[in-house]
Amino acid sequence: MEVKGKQAQEQKQGVLKRIAGPVVTAVNLDAHMYDVVKVGKEQLMGEVIKIQGDNVIIQVYEDTTGIRPGEPVTNTGLSLSVELGPGLLTSIYDGIQRPLEVLVNKMGNFIQRGVTAPGLSHDKKWTFKPLVKAGDKVEPGAILGEVQETNIVHKIMLPPNAKAGVVKTIKSGDFTIDEIIYVLDDGREYPMIQRWPVRVPRPVREKKNPTIPLITGQRILDGLFPIAKGGTAAIPGPFGSGKTVTQQQLAKWSDAEIVVYIGCGERGNEMTEVLTEFPSLEDPKSGKPLMERTVLIANTSNMPVAAREASVYTGITIAEYFRDMGYDVSLMADSTSRWAEAMREISSRLEEMPGEEGYPAYLAARLSEFYERAGLVETLNGKSGSVSVIGAVSPPGGDFSEPVTQNTLRIVKVFWALDAKLSQRRHFPAINWLNSYSLYLDALHDYYDREVAPDWNKTRSWAMEVLQKEAELQEIVQLVGSDALPESEQVTIEVARMIREIFLQQNAYDAVDTFCDMKKQYDMMKAIKLFADYAYAAQLAGVSPAQILSVKSKNELPQIKFIKDYKPELAKIEKDMDAEFNTLRSAA
Amino acid sequence: MKEYRTINKIAGPLVFVEKTEPIAYQELVNVVLADGTIKRGQVLDTSDELVVVQIFETTTGIGKDSGVRFTGETIKMPVGKEMLGRILSGGGKPIDGGPEIVPEKRLDITGAAINPYARGMPADFIQTGISTIDGTNTLVRGQKLPIFSAAGLPHNNVALQIARQAKVPGSTENFAVVFAAMGITKEEANYFMADFERTGALERAVVFLNLADDPAVERIITPRLALTTAEYLAFELGMHVLVILTDMTNYCEALRQIGAAREEVPGRRGYPGYMYTDLASLYERAGMIKGLKGSVTQIPILTMPGDDITHPIPDLTGYITEGQIVVSRELHRKGIYPPINVLPSLSRLMNLGIGKGKTREDHKKVSDQMYAGYAEGNDLRGLVAIVGKDALSERDRLLLEFADLFENRFVRQGYDEDRTIEDTLNIGWDILSTLPVEQLTRIDRELINKYHPKIKAGAKKE
Ligand SMILES: Nc1ncnc2c1ncn2[C@@H]1O[C@H](COP(=O)(O)OP(=O)(O)OP(=O)(O)O)[C@@H](O)[C@H]1O
Ligand SMILES: [Mg+2]
Repeated sequence: MEVKGKQAQEQKQGVLKRIAGPVVTAVNLDAHMYDVVKVGKEQLMGEVIKIQGDNVIIQVYEDTTGIRPGEPVTNTGLSLSVELGPGLLTSIYDGIQRPLEVLVNKMGNFIQRGVTAPGLSHDKKWTFKPLVKAGDKVEPGAILGEVQETNIVHKIMLPPNAKAGVVKTIKSGDFTIDEIIYVLDDGREYPMIQRWPVRVPRPVREKKNPTIPLITGQRILDGLFPIAKGGTAAIPGPFGSGKTVTQQQLAKWSDAEIVVYIGCGERGNEMTEVLTEFPSLEDPKSGKPLMERTVLIANTSNMPVAAREASVYTGITIAEYFRDMGYDVSLMADSTSRWAEAMREISSRLEEMPGEEGYPAYLAARLSEFYERAGLVETLNGKSGSVSVIGAVSPPGGDFSEPVTQNTLRIVKVFWALDAKLSQRRHFPAINWLNSYSLYLDALHDYYDREVAPDWNKTRSWAMEVLQKEAELQEIVQLVGSDALPESEQVTIEVARMIREIFLQQNAYDAVDTFCDMKKQYDMMKAIKLFADYAYAAQLAGVSPAQILSVKSKNELPQIKFIKDYKPELAKIEKDMDAEFNTLRSAA
Repeated sequence: MKEYRTINKIAGPLVFVEKTEPIAYQELVNVVLADGTIKRGQVLDTSDELVVVQIFETTTGIGKDSGVRFTGETIKMPVGKEMLGRILSGGGKPIDGGPEIVPEKRLDITGAAINPYARGMPADFIQTGISTIDGTNTLVRGQKLPIFSAAGLPHNNVALQIARQAKVPGSTENFAVVFAAMGITKEEANYFMADFERTGALERAVVFLNLADDPAVERIITPRLALTTAEYLAFELGMHVLVILTDMTNYCEALRQIGAAREEVPGRRGYPGYMYTDLASLYERAGMIKGLKGSVTQIPILTMPGDDITHPIPDLTGYITEGQIVVSRELHRKGIYPPINVLPSLSRLMNLGIGKGKTREDHKKVSDQMYAGYAEGNDLRGLVAIVGKDALSERDRLLLEFADLFENRFVRQGYDEDRTIEDTLNIGWDILSTLPVEQLTRIDRELINKYHPKIKAGAKKE
């Protein structure tokens, strides 16, 4: 294929010298960094990660139990690559793109080693429709044709590292991914499949600044701390605070066209949950099953750590490939801490000098290289595509001062800080509204003006101010009780409570509340603001806080969340609110 | 089998053997002492020059004159149906005076990872009869739900009550208990055994006992033997297996001891950097498999050093398991049994096992509402200590009372009190009905009209 590192004749055989867990040492082996090697009689897949004198040190992607010194090691001369082409969507892979469904068929319910399976089906035929004709000039990355893969159209592109040329012949019809479908004037023949080394970013024409939000349907995210399409976000939090649920919510409801979900060193059941749930869920926009736009990578906590290390690269390469077709892709990595720990484990077996908390000194560099692969871009073929990256972080003891969280926060633009105090009281999503931030607010300002409402930005700022004020007031309340507050501030406390309980709290498991579009978000926030405006006016007119708090219609507002066609009910509540306040004011 | 006499170093549980033929990684090793005693171990690191062997027992008596035999195979566990009712040592040898186990199979104790694609989604509600679990932190078949406790708290009683009362309502399927003790005292072990005997549970149980005075390093294999047995019973014999592992803290101490002996760079508080991965290789051995009948449900018990939930042992456990049941010293001091603090407790698979057709349609929302009320009421206790009850608003006063009611009516129950899920939810509604109805913002109107004791009754009168 195109991406071969070296020629085939350079392959060499060496001998294993030492085995200690996932890291093994070979000698008498001609190797370069990151070459893929086959280890032992069972030909387990591994990758060269260090060369020291005669010793070639290899991380093995499978369990090394039973391997002995003296067994052979073969260098394939290739770098760790993924297969890219029709068949990616709806698949579930392990960290090195072995399709888990195929593995079940090949070796049963438990993952045994030494079994390989290609990432894509090489037998299945796809209907290829050419979009260029003989004589057309094509540049690297150019779209030559397309395949209707699921409800998603899969664009077949000239590999980015191929030479430009003129199309000599191009076919139309049903082909496997290996069959030649077009030939360029230099005589080179191309099938649909391409391979790309996972550790190398795929090239683009230009990186641009994001200006459009990734709409997630989650009120606290869209409303207060939005992420842009092509942006980066981190979601750190202690165990059980809601990282996975939030990531799954984004995978379900965000308005990306393609979703790549990486379960990196996490639970098997969580991947099963996605697998069972997604096929029956519909994309709110297209009405098609969500699974059809999804690629899953599952390298669970009990699967080999070296493959866990590779899983994020496998995922992001697939994401970039779809981006190159002009799609908005969002990638969730749950959890980047487990990836960092895999690096740490491998590094400590290499007896490298440890940095902070035992992590390798290159931790920060790896993290930033990874997040840099996100972005809104102009692709080589001139389209606009994006990869948004949302990484979960699992800090030990929930303490954000640890290296993975800190190094991540230096790179990403959005910080969704999960808070155990909130999750313990079942305030979900347990995202702390005081500590979280989004650096995209300015960039997205115009979009909200235009697409949501002219006063959206203002209303958002208002809500943030109320929440900020509440935090200050709470400190006083803790000392003297709420009755001691001035009257207007008692109203503020109530309004803040409404923002928290009505707007911010959102139940991922409620059929309606799980997704909330921007219009409804706006309407809900405006209704709370309406109450606030009435309340402050009434208070100035001499109505007591106790009376204001006893306004009945406001108690109906939380119900809006659970109603799909909420508009009539909301209008009724707003009318009742108006009437109640009128009565109060005239009595005062 | 060739016997080497080339031991050149012994450090802690590790024995270093020189100049061997190629030895396989993780191979089972027998070290033969001068008096003929055999100690078992496992290869941790192998190369032409040196093989590092971790011994599962004490290294007492091992010297440079000891013989080392490499068996050529990894550690296997003989398993069979006959194991039910048997008591084995932490190393898997019968210690109940009964005969050796006639194996139907010999299985690798490491256990391969279940392919995520092959997993079945846990969804069967297990009724434990304990309200704080069933009502607010529901356990389902195939889940791994640990008990986070601390020294001097009644976690054993809670575990026993679960083991005794656990059932899937309406199902009469085959069940079994696998109990693995790691480093617990003889007295604690007796307590478990007495209860198993009293209730007849022993017949359906396989017990592994590594007690406090048994070799610490053996604790590394005890849970693996237990889980291998559980997987066999579940996935080959189709049984629903509840695995109790206690005390995981002792397991982690053994792990730390080996790490230190290998002079590894330690992670947090001296525990090895790979402890997450190691614990995952145990906890992930819970679950169900599509198309197979059985299931493995795990209840690991751990004692939090210094009552600290951020300590690496509970922390890493919580990051792997599907929730946790937290036993609280404060509730225990108040004389409340079971002293389960629901606030830091969680069952992540709860939503899969509850609701219409499984428990009751109002389950989730009642639970959420109780959490919200209890959390707020609990906070107010701090405030009351400063400003006094009189400074509270009416709303807050009711919440404060709700917190007390919650502890005394919902949390508190008898050691032998086996509540149905209906009982549990009804108690929930009873105490929630002390709050003004408009404060029940987590529950939709429909459910309130249907279940709220005051409104429901009122509706009847009309
Ligand atoms: N938006 C939400 N709506 C309702 N419940 C939620 C929400 N977010 C989280 N939860 C609850 O919190 C529990 C824990 O969330 P989750 O599994 O996402 O935690 P986590 O941060 O990924 O933990 P870990 O680091 O251990 O994987 C869920 O099982 C669910 O009960
Ligand atoms: Mg998670």
